[in-house]
Amino acid sequence: MVIGLALIEVRGVSYSYPDSPSPCLIDVSFSAEEGEFILVTGPSGCGKTTFCKCLNGLIPNSYGGSFTGDVLIDGIPTTSSPIHEIARRAGLVFQNPENELFCTSVEREVAFGPENLALPREEIRRRVSEALSTVGISHLMHKSPEELSGGEQQKVAIAALLAMKPKVLVLDEPTANLDPVSAKSVISVLSRLNASGVTIIIVEHRLEMLAEIASRCMILDCGRIALDGSPREVLYSDLAERIGVGIPKAIVVAKRLGRGLPGDRPLSSRELASALRRGEAA
Amino acid sequence: MIVVRDVSYAYEPGRQVLDSVSLSIGDGELVALIGENGAGKTTLVKHFNGLLKPQRGTVTVDGTDTREATVATLARKVGLVFQNPDHQLFAETVEKELSFALANFGVPAGEASRRVEWALEAFELGEYRNRSPLTLSGGERKRLALASVLCYDPQIIVMDEPTTGQDSRQKSRLASLLTRLNDSGKTVITVTHDMEFVAEFIPRTIIMSRGKVLADGRSADLLVNRAYLESASLLPPQLAEISWELGLAEPSIDLEAVVNAVRGARR
Repeated sequence: MVIGLALIEVRGVSYSYPDSPSPCLIDVSFSAEEGEFILVTGPSGCGKTTFCKCLNGLIPNSYGGSFTGDVLIDGIPTTSSPIHEIARRAGLVFQNPENELFCTSVEREVAFGPENLALPREEIRRRVSEALSTVGISHLMHKSPEELSGGEQQKVAIAALLAMKPKVLVLDEPTANLDPVSAKSVISVLSRLNASGVTIIIVEHRLEMLAEIASRCMILDCGRIALDGSPREVLYSDLAERIGVGIPKAIVVAKRLGRGLPGDRPLSSRELASALRRGEAA
Repeated sequence: MIVVRDVSYAYEPGRQVLDSVSLSIGDGELVALIGENGAGKTTLVKHFNGLLKPQRGTVTVDGTDTREATVATLARKVGLVFQNPDHQLFAETVEKELSFALANFGVPAGEASRRVEWALEAFELGEYRNRSPLTLSGGERKRLALASVLCYDPQIIVMDEPTTGQDSRQKSRLASLLTRLNDSGKTVITVTHDMEFVAEFIPRTIIMSRGKVLADGRSADLLVNRAYLESASLLPPQLAEISWELGLAEPSIDLEAVVNAVRGARR
């Protein structure tokens, strides 16, 4: 890591897609430190996906369009660094894993990235088995991605990135197509990865699944960062309500109960219950 | 009215995806079909418009046995919106996508263009009318797929996971659209994992598990029933979970009821 720089530095980024009259991101500045777990949300079309694609250089390198500003990942600028250098630092997981998996077995899928880094065979094997065991799918190693469930496929996509040993994982609505139980299981994988030091940036509409886990929450609106702070600050703010993100029901109930509620602003039903119990005891 | 009697179906021998399913859905009902992945929800709704025919038992739509009708005939009555819009969208532009079925069903041009305009407006797709569906975002493609079915005005609308990728504002718009369709007498059946959406907007719920109907009743009753939710691997809606965490005597999926119960208990 370069001294004095955060792991991710986004400086004054504005971006318009080719042939699009209006910009998708407007003067976005943002930095993330190693180890953060950042929940990004906002209305459809607010620029969340575009923001994600800037973080691994897909924008502007593969998309073209009009890009100004700088994005530095672990000190290297995305616009002037080779893709394999960026890929070792930041991995991007998309909404629909079907669109990104293409190998005939899970093992080959996960080995694909490290093979392209021309790593020694033993090292590739080690990374594949480590990545699979980290996300808890070692038993699927010899299966074809096609025969897996959506949740399992999404875990394969995550493992494939982990094999590159990135410092940051950027996930764009990774659970949108999953049933609630699979979604919860993918999120617990992310939570474990974060605990082991991987920085997580995740776009999600279902805030209740992540409010308690995230260390930071950012709301984008109309291509700009509207709110950025701890989940408690951001999700309890009137602006979040006005922008119209799906505020978790525990927060809605807590706000309705008003000032009578003791302690910290609860983020989950569990926290709400314990705040109420403390209130009764007091 | 859809009547499913003792229907079984297997894509491959020995692996029953539907196992003696019986249920009926009356005209003008608003129903959610929930259950874990692989429970048989999508397979069941594909029987409603004749895409699949029962291997055992019968499915009738307004008295017509689906085995005796073509998909083209049934599709006019039962509009099915698929889970993945990419399996459905194919036209060069948004506008052509919307008018395709109308032309096929022989809707007169004037009427067809009125309906296309309605759909562009109702689903906030107007600015994209000349764009290729492929250039739209996931959430927008999803809305287009729904719009293209609603355009030809089927009596029964079946939606597979309509809220995927929609933000909370689009979800509320979708909910008010469903309510309006329902008020105008349409039957609306929603296959979904989105428990919050069901809890807030859909009065009747059918829970499926391993090819069978596990429970069928009022959403307000079923979604606070731990035993049902657990045996179908479903997570409770947040308000049900809050009710349990708070130990409320009457768990509820209604915000006002939960707030009042807590206030009452603290007094």
